Amino acid sequence: MSFNTHKLLQKKKKNILELWMKNQLADEGLREDLISNEELRSQSEELINALVGNLSSENFTDLQSEEWSPVIEILGGIAITRARQGFSPRETGNFVFSLKEALLDVLQQEITDDAMTLFKESLKINRLMDNLSVVTFETFIKGREEVILRQTDEITEISTPVIRVWDGILALPIIGTLDSARTQIVMENLLQEIVETGSSIAILDISGVPAVDSLVAQHLIKTVSATRLMGAECIISGIRPEIAQTVVHLGIDLSNIITKATLASALAYAFKVMRLEVRKAAVVGKF
Amino acid sequence: MMMIKMQPTMTVSLSKDTVQIVKEQDVVFLKNRVKEVAVRIKMGLVNQTRLITAASELVRNMMRYGNGGVCVIEVVSSGRVNGVRLTFIDKGPGIPDIAAAMRDGFSTGKSLGLGLPGTKRLVNEFDIKSKVGEGTTVTILKWANG
Amino acid sequence: MDKIPILRMGAFLLVTIQVDLYDRLALNLEADLVQMVNKTNAKGVLIDISAVSIVDSFMGRIIGNIASMSRILDAETVVVGMQPAVAITLIELGLPLKGVHTALDMERGMNFLKTMIDVEADDDDQDAADYDSIAE
Repeated sequence: MSFNTHKLLQKKKKNILELWMKNQLADEGLREDLISNEELRSQSEELINALVGNLSSENFTDLQSEEWSPVIEILGGIAITRARQGFSPRETGNFVFSLKEALLDVLQQEITDDAMTLFKESLKINRLMDNLSVVTFETFIKGREEVILRQTDEITEISTPVIRVWDGILALPIIGTLDSARTQIVMENLLQEIVETGSSIAILDISGVPAVDSLVAQHLIKTVSATRLMGAECIISGIRPEIAQTVVHLGIDLSNIITKATLASALAYAFKVMRLEVRKAAVVGKF
Repeated sequence: MMMIKMQPTMTVSLSKDTVQIVKEQDVVFLKNRVKEVAVRIKMGLVNQTRLITAASELVRNMMRYGNGGVCVIEVVSSGRVNGVRLTFIDKGPGIPDIAAAMRDGFSTGKSLGLGLPGTKRLVNEFDIKSKVGEGTTVTILKWANG
Repeated sequence: MDKIPILRMGAFLLVTIQVDLYDRLALNLEADLVQMVNKTNAKGVLIDISAVSIVDSFMGRIIGNIASMSRILDAETVVVGMQPAVAITLIELGLPLKGVHTALDMERGMNFLKTMIDVEADDDDQDAADYDSIAE
């Protein structure tokens, strides 16, 4: 006759929660700045209810079982929230580990006469909680990755400003490596701005691009061609001598693109095309 | 649960819809359906345009070479992002040399011969299977943010 | 049968495409335009596609055809108002619309055509200071 740990745990649900809360509140890693004690309590209660409520003798060691999905969902939700709120991995881990402690404590209190059973059942709880810890960490890391990806998106978004240098002339300084995703955003922003401002000339300044390989060149050519289709002209400026060298060595054909060494010469070219003249104002005679 | 893996990315299908392509009006209907689905998963305007243009190319091929067929529109998820998967199935003559058909400038009909390689450049995933005498199946996938 | 209206304005023909073209409609437009260029002896054709959200290789080919056919009949074609998303898609598709003139809007397209015709007539009128580009 095997011992019914799940029934015991169900009966002792309240004790477990109290013990767990005590463990958590006693931990020096408690983050009262990030989560209030009431909130922590309700999170803990929700998890225990789901955990104990779904326990049965069959699914004890089988985390693939369908019945675990609500528990994993709740745990995942907590882990993701913690990742976003800025909890450390240790603090998040302790949340689950302290529950394990509480469960083992209760078991120890209840099984006083049979060391073999206590050992067996403790092992089972250990396995279960270890599995749940792994789930917690996986979700926690996923949450952190999402934060990083969102930040990457934000950086690309803000690092491509389109500047109106003159009525009808746009400039877009590119700083940093130009990869496919970035080109996509640069191109979309530039073309959209051309429509909105009715600008007929756009200057793409690549002074801040560390290197131009054939892929980057391809991206640049694509942007220039798309600009032309819309009825505007795109000039590429800020080509450093090293970049000119690599472009030729790689055999990249930029002959269909208007290229200028500096933003100033690109602007001068744009003025010429628009038949604008910049002149020094005549000195008004005072004497 | 076992699934036959057709695409390099593991995906979960969230919704599925089949459109019959027989006559030219069906093409307009298909484009509208694809647009609806793309808007629903919040796909950006440029990606929507890429996807619908790719669909337009493939559905034209299907009408011209495959005597029509069906298009399956699916919303799929990779976990982090959603995307639209379109599968064009025809029972036409099939393509004898897929590698040649995938080269820029290849065409058997009176078009520019840009259809397949051009279409491939517009989407994230592209898969073509064809058997002479049995038909052709082309599957494309576009992520909402890719 | 649906038809896309072609307006005549002096030496120019104006076409505004307000609907997404399907194949038959596009083929009809090609035929009608070439007929009209011939009949009216037009010197320029302006095609406004600002309301068109999808241009695939077939539509791209029709636009190219119209430009080439008009040129044989001594008229220049300008495509105006292409949406950014359409431009990006056409480039990725591998269709840069070689030989088709483009302009941002109707007004600039018109000014461009005027300069073209002036140049051809050896007129030195430099009023039309607008700029255009030819897709390559």
